[in-house]
Amino acid sequence: MSDHALDISLTVNGERVQERVDARRTLVDFLREDLSLTGSHVGCEHGVCGACTVRVNGEIVRGCLMLAVQCDGAKVETIEGLSDSGEVADLQAAFEQRNALQCGYCTPGMLATAQDLLKRTKNVPSREEIREHISGNYCRCTGYHAIVDAVESVAQARAKGG
Amino acid sequence: MKPAPFAYTKARTLKEAVTLLAKHKDDARLLAGGQSLIATLNMRLSAPELLIDINGIKGLDGIAKKGKFVEIGALARHAQVERSDVISRHAPLIALAMPHIGHPAIRNRGTFGGSIAFADPAAELPACLLALGGEIEVAGPKGKRKVKADAFFKGLFETALRPQEMVTAVRVPAADKNTRVGFAELARRHGDYAIVGLAATARAAGKGIADVRLAFFGVGATPVRTKKAETALATGNIDAAVNALDLEPHDDVQATAKVKKHLAGVLLRRVAKQLLEARP
Repeated sequence: MSDHALDISLTVNGERVQERVDARRTLVDFLREDLSLTGSHVGCEHGVCGACTVRVNGEIVRGCLMLAVQCDGAKVETIEGLSDSGEVADLQAAFEQRNALQCGYCTPGMLATAQDLLKRTKNVPSREEIREHISGNYCRCTGYHAIVDAVESVAQARAKGG
Repeated sequence: MKPAPFAYTKARTLKEAVTLLAKHKDDARLLAGGQSLIATLNMRLSAPELLIDINGIKGLDGIAKKGKFVEIGALARHAQVERSDVISRHAPLIALAMPHIGHPAIRNRGTFGGSIAFADPAAELPACLLALGGEIEVAGPKGKRKVKADAFFKGLFETALRPQEMVTAVRVPAADKNTRVGFAELARRHGDYAIVGLAATARAAGKGIADVRLAFFGVGATPVRTKKAETALATGNIDAAVNALDLEPHDDVQATAKVKKHLAGVLLRRVAKQLLEARP
């Protein structure tokens, strides 16, 4: 650790965390390296691929474009938290059923982004809206169709109260 | 890659931020949304000794109509601007541009002032500001001053900001019933930086339009106005406006100069229609 370490205190997936971190530590590296929450992935490290997408204070962000020190006092949620709470259980099941993942590298970020859209929209979003919302998340395996199918089916099921 | 080591401090007031900037000069960078800065740190294109986090400064994120202007605080996040009723009602050009800025996760962090201060030549907001004839409020050790958008964007990532100054707010004229706006951009993927983009304003005058301002982005070191095409478009002749485009883009990783020039004409036709057709 360099001379520029700072103490931070935050909530990660509902648990209180207190750590001393280097100022240059990005949020996603902090989650993976210091807290061993390796569900958030590191792809491009400059905000293009979306593999590191996590929620901070309820909003999705790029884990590579925020510093851990900026999360002092924040509420951070990763795929581990979203998964354990059951919040994205229907999305996860739909991704599996529709082969919306192959290597799975993009999936945690894709699920967080899809859940953000579904939380935000009252009606069932159009396929165009789904595509636009996940435009910042690269998937190199599926060609996106199956992902859009999965998100759409969950949106429809949730709208029916299913 | 990972950033080179730097120190980090939070500025709690505008005065504190400006004082720190004046003290550390070029060794320091302001951290607002960080959506461009942290990417450049990660790639080690930039290696400042100190980051001054200005996110905690209160009162810099307001969005309000003030008389004939709409004022947007420097720390207003893109997502906040995108969802703002004040913006959709009184600054329709900015409302049109917002969905094109990055992706939802980027817009949740990125700030209006940061985008203006960074002045990426392919970014939407500098061009919008230029098309709107807006002004930028900046604060420095000697207080605040205002800079017109026409004088603010000076070169590649270069603005009229002095080393110890920061952007505090942006003001654009509030739209009225005669305001016409148009916006279009072409990007390889929705939310990526534009290959070419165009932000435009005009005023309804009789059956036609006047005071046309066309600000292209992605075609030069700064957003670029095309005054010959503006004059031509004010006559209502779209073909003449396209022929009058005197842009001189360079080849870049996205497209050749020739392709960019062609696409600029395509966008001008689309935007001209938006300007010439009255809003419902």
